[in-house]
Amino acid sequence: MVLYVNRELQNQSLTFSLRPDSGVPAYLQLVQQVKQALRMGVLRIGDRLPTVKEVVAEVAVNPNTVMKAYWELEHDGLVQGRQGLGTFVIGRPAGPPLSTQLELARSLAAWVATARKEGLDDDAIETLLRTTLSQTHMGGTA
Amino acid sequence: MSTPALRASGVGKRYGQVWALRGCSASIPQGRISALVGPNGAGKTSLLKILAGLSAPDEGEVAVLGRVPDQNDAFLASIGYLAQSVPLYDHLTADEHVALGRHLNRNWDGAGARTRMASRGVPLGRPVRTLSGGQRAQVGLSLALAKRPEMLLLDEPVAALDPLARREFLTSLAEAVADGGLSVLVSSHLLHDLERVCDHLVLLTLGKTQLCGEIDDIRADHRMLIGPRRSPHKAPPGAEVVQTTQTTHQTRLLVRLRRAVLDPGWEVSEVALEDVILAYMQADRPDPVVTAS
Repeated sequence: MVLYVNRELQNQSLTFSLRPDSGVPAYLQLVQQVKQALRMGVLRIGDRLPTVKEVVAEVAVNPNTVMKAYWELEHDGLVQGRQGLGTFVIGRPAGPPLSTQLELARSLAAWVATARKEGLDDDAIETLLRTTLSQTHMGGTA
Repeated sequence: MSTPALRASGVGKRYGQVWALRGCSASIPQGRISALVGPNGAGKTSLLKILAGLSAPDEGEVAVLGRVPDQNDAFLASIGYLAQSVPLYDHLTADEHVALGRHLNRNWDGAGARTRMASRGVPLGRPVRTLSGGQRAQVGLSLALAKRPEMLLLDEPVAALDPLARREFLTSLAEAVADGGLSVLVSSHLLHDLERVCDHLVLLTLGKTQLCGEIDDIRADHRMLIGPRRSPHKAPPGAEVVQTTQTTHQTRLLVRLRRAVLDPGWEVSEVALEDVILAYMQADRPDPVVTAS
């Protein structure tokens, strides 16, 4: 028997997921997920973010956490709250245009495929990526 | 600044010779969902009963929404209290509980309670003794919210629930707070159960407050320091040691930071909130050494 649940979130532009054990505060996880959706073109200028209550109902998170995330995004000039209407996307995070983002995502996917074929598991890949990131941060070359 | 939802200073409660609470101080701003965490016997239930006006402290002061808790109508109308046992009339249906509440409360939102229960799939027409633990908890929460309280006090509401019922209960709770005008204090011996929905924490051990603050701040203030074995008293400046672990080669300190640690001799890493809480609980264990009296 195949059993699955199909959740249709009508009128909701974006869904969130939270990892309580990741060490990243919940509000920052929400901020990062909205920014990623903006980078990848899932959310565009003029789109409405889910209401605080929609997010609360979806991921069982504290309403203040959602508000804090939306304030942070507003502070960054990415969204704007409009009284009684909701929170709308008004900008994109700094960075290259969408086409370049997608191109980078594609080449990373190709790299990951190669790494897996060579026998690296996800943990090893993550460690390698983190090490590379921290080495290049310190001014070394990767 | 608005009135805190709750303020306790130096609260003590004694049962016979035993102090259930002693030196319990806390302040919680309005509009928060605050977790009241502590091991069994830490005094969580005693504190909640005092806040609900069901018992009086033997020392110290408490104020809920700026008022001293008592049994007067004006105070009782402003708070909702759900005891651990979810006291319901077994032979009555959820619907009958809602009808009963109308006679006992001035500002009763019966329609809201029915809608809330129906949306969670609670059968309104069956005696509550036939309902599951999760459904009974939803009935208890809906009745407490139907009073339209400004402060909701919940004693271990999710301890006996399965994971799905627990998630649904906490979602209902968070949704009620999202509607505005409500502050919550909810107790559990495990923070893990509550971490998602709470943004504020009060940690109680042996009747005393160990931590009280925003969860994000508590997380940001604590770090694990790992370095070669050395005297534990030589913590770097600005770091207050909560827990020390010594091995033959290493010293590991869980510290509360007042400022950044610059000493390169320590490797600094973040700590999971659960580990911070466990460290405080262990730090307050009574000394195992017994002195003859």
